[in-house]
Amino acid sequence: MLVRLENRGEISKAMVYASPFIAVVLTLIAGVFLFALLGVNPVEAILSFFITPISTLDGFAELFVKGTPLVLIAVGLSFGFQANVWNIGAEGQLTVGALAGGGLALLFFASESLFLLPAMAAAGILGGMAWAAIPAFLKTRYNTNEILTSLMLVYVALLLLSYLIHGPWKDPDGQNFPESRLFPDAGILPVMIETTRMHVGWLFALAAVATGWILIARHVIGFQIRVTGMAPMAASFAGFKEKRIIWITLLMSGGAAGLAGMVEVSGPIQQIVPNISPGYGFTAIIVAFLGRLHPVGVLFAGLLMALTYLGGENAQIEMNLPNAVTGVFQGMLLFFLLAADVLIKYRVKFGGPKTAGAAEGAG
Amino acid sequence: MKLGKKLGLLSGLAAGVMLAATGLAQAADPLKVGFVYVGPVGDHGWTYEHNQGRIAVEKALGDKVKTSFVESVPEGADATRVITRLASTGHGLIFTTSFGYMNPTVRVAKRFPKVKFEHATGFKRADNVATYSARFYEGRHVVGLIAGKMTKSNVLGYVASFPIPEVIRGINAVAIAARSVNPKVTVKVVWVSSWFDPGKEADAAKALIDQGADVMLQHTDSPAPVQAAQGRGIWAIGQASDMKAFGPKSHLTAIIDDWAPYYIERTKAVLDGTWKSGDVWGGFKSGMVKLSSYNSAIPADVVAMAEKARKGIIDGSVHPFAGPIKDQSGKIILKAGEVMDDKTMLGMNFYVEGVEGKIPQ
Repeated sequence: MLVRLENRGEISKAMVYASPFIAVVLTLIAGVFLFALLGVNPVEAILSFFITPISTLDGFAELFVKGTPLVLIAVGLSFGFQANVWNIGAEGQLTVGALAGGGLALLFFASESLFLLPAMAAAGILGGMAWAAIPAFLKTRYNTNEILTSLMLVYVALLLLSYLIHGPWKDPDGQNFPESRLFPDAGILPVMIETTRMHVGWLFALAAVATGWILIARHVIGFQIRVTGMAPMAASFAGFKEKRIIWITLLMSGGAAGLAGMVEVSGPIQQIVPNISPGYGFTAIIVAFLGRLHPVGVLFAGLLMALTYLGGENAQIEMNLPNAVTGVFQGMLLFFLLAADVLIKYRVKFGGPKTAGAAEGAG
Repeated sequence: MKLGKKLGLLSGLAAGVMLAATGLAQAADPLKVGFVYVGPVGDHGWTYEHNQGRIAVEKALGDKVKTSFVESVPEGADATRVITRLASTGHGLIFTTSFGYMNPTVRVAKRFPKVKFEHATGFKRADNVATYSARFYEGRHVVGLIAGKMTKSNVLGYVASFPIPEVIRGINAVAIAARSVNPKVTVKVVWVSSWFDPGKEADAAKALIDQGADVMLQHTDSPAPVQAAQGRGIWAIGQASDMKAFGPKSHLTAIIDDWAPYYIERTKAVLDGTWKSGDVWGGFKSGMVKLSSYNSAIPADVVAMAEKARKGIIDGSVHPFAGPIKDQSGKIILKAGEVMDDKTMLGMNFYVEGVEGKIPQ
C-alpha cells in the first residue's frame, strides 16, 4: 500500500504551539521504553533525569545558569531565522563577545569600579555585533552565503581565543598553562541566590525575551522581519529594505550571542579558558526552533534543553547510565518535533492518489 | 498563597534530600567516590585508564565504597556544576581527571570543606584538594629511543592536543631521546586542539605520514593515529593505554598510565581518616607509568636498550632531561652534567633542537 503526504492547505495555529508539548510527551514515552529496554527501572530513570536534578535549591539554580546562554542566543537567532537570515555562527560571536568583555576585566584586573561590569556587558554586545557584521557586510555587499561565512568565522574566533590565551593573555602566575588570570571581583556577575551559582545573567536573558517579544509582536521591525521571511517579494513591493533587515537581524543575534559570551566568562567561569562554550551557539539553533522562533517559546525551550544536560549528568551519577542518554533525549525531542511539524503541514494518506477522472466524477 | 505553599513544599523536599544525603555520609555506609572524566570511558586512552582505576577501587575495597562517574564533561562552566553535584550528593572523595578542572575543583572545594578532592595534572592545592600526575615523559624517553632506532626516514610524526607544558615536555623528551641514538631525527608536530577527536587525530596522522613520518607518536586520547599508521604501514606508539588491538603490526609499544594503585591508596586513606592534601608525581618507579609489551618486530638489541633506559630511570642513573640540552636555535639551555629540575619541567614552553615548527601562540 502506498503512503503519501497530502498538503493540508491550512495550518492549524493551535497545533503549531501545541507541537512542542506533544514532542515532550512523546519523548518521555519513548524514554520509558528506552529505559525499560536498557534494563533500568523507567520510573526511577525518568525521575533521576527530569526531577532530582532540580529538586534542590542548588540544582534548581543550575538550571538557570545553564539556560541563560541558550535563551540569550536563541532569542537573537530567532529573529534572523524568521527573516530567512541564517546566522549559524553564534558560537563565534559568543567567543568574541567573551573576549571583548573578559578582555576588559583582564585590562582592569585591579579595578574595584562599579562601572566595570556594565562596560564589560557593553563590550560583549559590541564584540558579538562586530563579528556578526562581517557576514552582514559580505552578504549585503557581495551576496555571499551567510550560512558559510558565519560558520567559518566560528573557527576564526576560536583561533583568536587560542592565540590570546596562549600568548598575551596567559596568566603570568599560571605555570604557562593556557588560561587567563582570574577576573577581579568587580568583573564577576553578582549571584542572585546566596550559595548557588545563579547570577544576574539570567535577568539579561529575561530582558532579551521581553525585548524580543515587544519587537516581534508590537514593533514595525518585527512585522517587516516576518513578512520578509514569509513573502520576500511582497516585502520588497511594500518597500521593506532587505539589506536593512539583514543588517538588523545579524547585529541583533550577534549582540545577544556576544552578551551570552560575556555572561559565561564573567558568571560561572570567571576567567578566560580554552573552552568557553560547550557549543551553546549551535545548541541554541535547536532551542530557537524548539521554541517556535518565539521569544517566550525560546525561554521554555532553553530551560528544557538545559534540563536535559543536568538530567544526563544526574542519571550518570545516580543510575550509572551512559552519557549518550543526554544526546538520545535531545535527538528524540527534535525528531518528534520535526515529525509533528510535518503532520501539521501534511496529512498522511494511505493508497495511491485518486485519478483525476475519479475525483471529477465524485465532484 | 498557593505559590508559597508550593515553594515551601519544594524547599521541604530539598531539605529532606539533603538530610538524607548527610545521613548517608554519617552512617557506616560505603564511602561514595566520584570521578569526573573529560572524555568518554570508551576512548581507549586517557579516560579509559582513569575508569580502569575506578573499577580497581571497587574491586579492591568492595562494600566499603560506592563509585560513580560523569563522562565527557566539558572543561568550563559545566565542570563546576558536575563537581558540585557530586559533592552535594554525598560523595566523600572526588577525582577530577583533566587539567581544565583545576579552578572549578578549587572553587567547589571551598564550598565543601569536608569533601576531599584529587585533581589530576594541576598545580593548585588546598587543605582538601590534592594534586597528582604521572611522569609520562619517562615513558616518552624510552619510546623516543625506540622510535629513533626504528625510523628509516628519520622523521617522527607527533599528533598533539594542546600546547601546555605537559604535552611540550613529552615532545621534547621524545626528540632528545631519539636524537641521542640517531642525530638525524627530526620531530614534526600537528596540533589538533582536542583531547579526543578521532577524526581530526586520524587526519593529522595522515598529514604527518604524507610529510615523510614513519613512526607515529601521539598525545591525544583515541587510537585513531595508531589505526592510521597501521593503514599506511608505518610504526606507531600508543598513548595512555595499550592500543595494540587497533594496529597489531604497527604498534611498537604504548605508554600506559596506571592510576589504580594511587586511587586505591587515596581511597583507603579517606576510609582510615589519614587522607592529607599533597602532590604526587609518579613515574616508572611507583608504577604509575608503564610500557605495554614490545612488538616482536623490534630487534633484540633495541629492546635491551629500551629496558636498560627504563631501569636506569627507576634507579636514577638516567634522566630524560639531562644536559647538554639545546633549544631550537642551538643555544645551550642546560649544561652538560646537569639535570632539569621539576619546576622547569612543569612550566616547559620551548621546543628543543630537532623539533620542527613553532609552539602555537
